[in-house]
Amino acid sequence: MKPEEIRLVFLEELTRVAPDIDAADVGADDDLMEDLEIDSMDFLNLVTALHKRLGIDVPEADYHSLATVALASKYLAARLS
Amino acid sequence: MVSWPTIIKDKQTRASANAPDFDALRESFTWDDARQLLDGLPGGGLNIAHEALDRHLADGHGDQVAIRWLGRDGSRRDITYGELASDASRFANALAAQGIGRGARLYSLLGRVPRLYAAALGALKAGLTFSPLFAAFGPEPIKARMEIGEGNVLVTTAALYRKKVAAWRRDVPSLKLVLIVDDDDVPDGCLALEPLMAAASDQFEIAKTGAEDMALIHFTSGTTGRPKGAVHVHGAVVSHAATGRYALDLKPGDIYWCTADPGWVTGTSYGIIAPLVNRVTMIVDEAEFDLERWYGILESERVQVWYTAPTAIRMLMRGGKEAASRFDFSNLRFLASVGEPLNPEAVVWGNEVFGRPFHDNWWQTETGGIMIANTAAMDIRPGSMGKPLPGVQAGIVERDDKGLRDCAPGEIGELALRPGWPSMMRAYLNEKARYDKCFVDGWYLSGDLAMQDKDGYFWFVGRADDLIKSSGHLIGPFEVESALIEHDAVAEAAVIGIPDETAGEVVKAYVALNPGFEPSVDLERDIRGHARKKLGAAVAPREIIFRKALPKTRSGKIMRRLLKARELGLPEGDISTLESDEK
Repeated sequence: MKPEEIRLVFLEELTRVAPDIDAADVGADDDLMEDLEIDSMDFLNLVTALHKRLGIDVPEADYHSLATVALASKYLAARLS
Repeated sequence: MVSWPTIIKDKQTRASANAPDFDALRESFTWDDARQLLDGLPGGGLNIAHEALDRHLADGHGDQVAIRWLGRDGSRRDITYGELASDASRFANALAAQGIGRGARLYSLLGRVPRLYAAALGALKAGLTFSPLFAAFGPEPIKARMEIGEGNVLVTTAALYRKKVAAWRRDVPSLKLVLIVDDDDVPDGCLALEPLMAAASDQFEIAKTGAEDMALIHFTSGTTGRPKGAVHVHGAVVSHAATGRYALDLKPGDIYWCTADPGWVTGTSYGIIAPLVNRVTMIVDEAEFDLERWYGILESERVQVWYTAPTAIRMLMRGGKEAASRFDFSNLRFLASVGEPLNPEAVVWGNEVFGRPFHDNWWQTETGGIMIANTAAMDIRPGSMGKPLPGVQAGIVERDDKGLRDCAPGEIGELALRPGWPSMMRAYLNEKARYDKCFVDGWYLSGDLAMQDKDGYFWFVGRADDLIKSSGHLIGPFEVESALIEHDAVAEAAVIGIPDETAGEVVKAYVALNPGFEPSVDLERDIRGHARKKLGAAVAPREIIFRKALPKTRSGKIMRRLLKARELGLPEGDISTLESDEK
């Protein structure tokens, strides 16, 4: 997958878990928890959704790598390659 | 029932506990004795802020660190008892300069930032009533709580104000003053706090409050109607002092970390008051849960007493034992948990990973402080909430035609308490009928179902009502349903809690649509998004199910109980009042 596709997939799953968020308003460096008010249950649901969609199992120790869209896109790209 | 082996405390652990002989202490304890743990105001009276701060300065502990604050960005700041007392006084003076004084009500809407603590204690010092709000609430729960409590002052950030307050500010005329803690770009109609603090004196003559004067309002949810404001008085500090000592085993000078959010009662009673009254050093972490960060804090800050919650413990467990094995937890002496029942696996897991078991305890917003606990010297039966603390008389009762009947050991009934401990709520604000309903035959009825085994340990069974406990937050289905039916498409809504292995329960909603709307994935997301905007992520449903109609009684009441039984595949119970079923 291209980096842009990965970013869009991540945004899509994020806004599915948290439909109060408008993908167009999300900044690349917005912190999911601090800025977008994703809570820990949302986060677990997001990890589950990413697993289903991309087949990537994100271990707890890597959760901070999903803290922003920019970080998550980079992390997921590395895991997919 | 007791399938997990009891965790036996060794002699040394018992001997070093604040209550080495728990049964003897229970026998001899009186609340009058507990009052001796406090100083009282010079010249008479009682004020939480004096017990938490000022008296320690008089005793020569002004240089001890009160708060070790860990910023989200990795920064670290120590605030001594002396500095915190000065900041509280400056805050009280800043309020006075704005014409705000004794009897007014101050709300906080903040994350874990240093100014929160100065504001809470400064407000109490000035004789105001302090009420914390959960910063992750959406605008509606915040507005409802502000209206019910007729708040006069709000302390918050510019971002939270713009997002969650500005739109309804004018609808709540009691709210006279909004103080913004981050002072760049202060919104219209608000004042920056820092310049006011800087201009204020650090000397303030504490309000001469009495033990029965109102100090705190903590909001809690009901199954029906609006949230209830549980009123607590300055005298509650006697409970905070005693329970901090006996239930959490706090000793002066300890490094203590309470992970509870300050927007809820635990974050106030045990995240501000009890630790400061017991003169410990509190770790305050601004950031949200993160596995490695948390293990790192336990290690590098040399935490001795840790008070956390089942959801967090279960998230640590998901990370596996290996993730913990790289860290040194040898400073940990006592681990406690509250918010919802802690499953026995988690108690035992704590023992394996930290070398100490988690001590579950039980209490409520209404009780103001810990009531039933596994204490440091007590053998733990994993899955049990422990035994009633000294000064607390608890029982299991069943309501019948004549009033209440005591349940036998092993029999499930409602957990009840004999009123009289100092931190018992004194009222639900402006709701006498709802308050009176909590008391029957001289018992306070908790609404929790439990049983007591023959050795006196209490075991949680479930809620007696429709309230939902998710990640330790008590959620009233009515508040969620009210927000759902504000959506154009929604005609009716019913909200239940469904079991979840991490959060305990999660919120699920059933909705029936108005004519002209059809169920779809997009509509589900739109309604869920609407609810999240209004209520915040912690309260809004995680899932919405469409129904043509919801099951109702003859009087038109939606039968949540029936939806839940069907969801879980449980017996439907008495459905004689069912008038129209779900479709």
